[in-house]
Amino acid sequence: MTETLAPNVTYGPPEGYAAGVTRELVLDLHRRMVRIRMFEESAGKLVESGDMPGFLHLYVGQEAVAAGVMSVLDDVDQITSTHRGHGHAIAKGAEFRPMFAELYGKTTGYCKGRGGSMHIVDMNRGMLGANAIVGGGIPIAIGAAFAAQYRGDGSVAASFFGDGATNIGAFHESVNMAAVWDLPVLFICENNGYAEFTAQGNHMRLDDIAERANSYGIPGVVVDGMDALAVRAVAKVAVDRAKRGEGPTLIEAKTYRYFDHQGIKGMRIPYRDPAEVEAWKERDAIRLLEVIGTERGLATPEDFAAILAQTETDIADAIEFARSSPDPDPADILDDVYTV
Amino acid sequence: MNTRELTYVKAFNEGMHQIMAEDPDVFLIGEDVAGYGGVFHMFDGLLTTFGDKRVKDTPIAEQAIIGLGVGAAARGLRPVCDLMFMDFIGVAMDQIFNQAAKMKYMFGGAVSVPLTITTAGGAGMSAAAQHSQSLEAWLAHIPGLKVAMPASPYDAKGLIVGAIRDDNPVIVVLNKKMLGVKGPVPEELYSIPLGVANIVCEGDDVTIVAIGRMVIEATKAAQALGEQGISAEVIDPRTVQPLDIDTIVTSAKKTNRVLIVHEAVQFGGIGAEISSQVQESAFDYLDAPVTRLAAPFAPVPYAPILENAYVPDAARIVAAARQLVERS
Ligand SMILES: Cc1ncc(C[n+]2csc(CCOP(=O)(O)OP(=O)(O)O)c2C)c(N)n1
Ligand SMILES: [Mg+2]
Repeated sequence: MTETLAPNVTYGPPEGYAAGVTRELVLDLHRRMVRIRMFEESAGKLVESGDMPGFLHLYVGQEAVAAGVMSVLDDVDQITSTHRGHGHAIAKGAEFRPMFAELYGKTTGYCKGRGGSMHIVDMNRGMLGANAIVGGGIPIAIGAAFAAQYRGDGSVAASFFGDGATNIGAFHESVNMAAVWDLPVLFICENNGYAEFTAQGNHMRLDDIAERANSYGIPGVVVDGMDALAVRAVAKVAVDRAKRGEGPTLIEAKTYRYFDHQGIKGMRIPYRDPAEVEAWKERDAIRLLEVIGTERGLATPEDFAAILAQTETDIADAIEFARSSPDPDPADILDDVYTV
Repeated sequence: MNTRELTYVKAFNEGMHQIMAEDPDVFLIGEDVAGYGGVFHMFDGLLTTFGDKRVKDTPIAEQAIIGLGVGAAARGLRPVCDLMFMDFIGVAMDQIFNQAAKMKYMFGGAVSVPLTITTAGGAGMSAAAQHSQSLEAWLAHIPGLKVAMPASPYDAKGLIVGAIRDDNPVIVVLNKKMLGVKGPVPEELYSIPLGVANIVCEGDDVTIVAIGRMVIEATKAAQALGEQGISAEVIDPRTVQPLDIDTIVTSAKKTNRVLIVHEAVQFGGIGAEISSQVQESAFDYLDAPVTRLAAPFAPVPYAPILENAYVPDAARIVAAARQLVERS
């Protein structure tokens, strides 16, 4: 390795990371990613057609990050998420029915119609909430990690955030405090190259955000965010380290969002080169995993097709469930402001 | 009940000791709260008694201090997060008003946030514009938060215990000029529920609603007014959110005159809210306009002569109350 100003930073997954891959794992990661992508695509269409209210920050393109990390977490492990949070929720095990119901603003939604897209929560699965404030979830994640350390229950926390979020003070304060206290937490930066419409090169001087780990005296890892197996491998190393009581890790997953910042077509502001989008799609995470799976004889095209078909059925069922669910009653508007 | 005289800060400290002994889920974090015991010695002895797992010094990172508390509270612990001076709340505000306050509601009730934030507010020590503010109206404006402002040693102990036992985010604003004020405090653990006003003294001619340290000034004023033949009732709401408006309205209907005193600036202060609610509920009983006595619309000044002019005191409360009574 060449000399570097960031001695704590490593690149790529550990060697031989894909060696022991099983059929079960390939199908598990594939299922998580396909469920995210198909959910997002149908939710996007429903909003653009005016059937569903609100606005959506779609996760399509970044699926390997959520799938890879979540595949090494259990329900007891807590995550905090972002405005772009559907993928994290789904990969953590959230169900389609209450998710769609929430997007439709129905009582059967995860938040009883109080939160919508940017506040999906599932306490039973350790999904401590999407968050509409950039960086807002990072301090909360170190609190979940603190609770784990305090109780000694062996669980960990993971906070997901974008490249843009690493410029906000909450990131700095939280990573530093987690480092000082060796909190069992993973900081997962999904670097999709843009904060809204501002390219990374216009919002920071670094190419590799993982280098920021060096400022806090913790390990930083750069990983290919289109390779679910690679993400899983580095997340596993970080989880093990956290569980040994050695503290946090900053993981930077290089990835890309296919759709606009918000919605499928968003505001139609030209801010990235279509060739750039196509180049990233060439390395699509789902296809990459399918290739690995079939080349190694671990899974067949039929296996993958079956996952797609099942997901399609689940989505149709969930949309129907959401549409036919009752609206919230305005008479209940004051419920749950306080715990009484 | 075995009661003895304690200072405000000792009473608060005793409440912290007793609640931490009672509930192992309570922990304390903040800047210099452990080794030093807090810059106002609110937390003296807690580190020695409860150890460094439960009493922790943090980096200077208010946002992370509160955010850690939010996450830990959502996971069922009962964090006490100290913000030292109330003026520092701005740098932690997102975690307070967007996260702690709203989690329960925007998550459809799925989570409670039993977080306590302690801080010290108030002027009168030449601490100037960034170390003297009373920002309770800011916080009381946010659905989901509760705001307690203890105005006696008894309340300093009872309200910190009440806040920690409450299942919601509560900001307990100690008044730093009251730290040495003495008063009777029971030895055992007790808690004051949030949202119950204290009728400090009863009277018939005028109601004085006072917030925080102004309760002391109002009590002095009531004594002086009594000597002048005017019977004043002093009400300390104890918490400005929730606000015990019923006790205030009941008093207004009895005395027919209401004066509200706080050391936060008058414009948009809690006094405006109380005034509005009183006239909505007791208009036909009032013999004079509901009146406010509060700080002018300026940052807290440094020079003692300016600061004295800035913060209401007993003499000005007497004058304002007399005006109300003499009007009718
Ligand atoms: C504190 C705050 N500032 C600004 C915004 C508006 N905003 C929403 S998303 C976003 C960009 C975030 O970029 P990044 O962290 O890279 O996440 P990405 O959208 O790429 O997933 C901004 C500026 C916000 N929601 N919160
Ligand atoms: Mg981004």
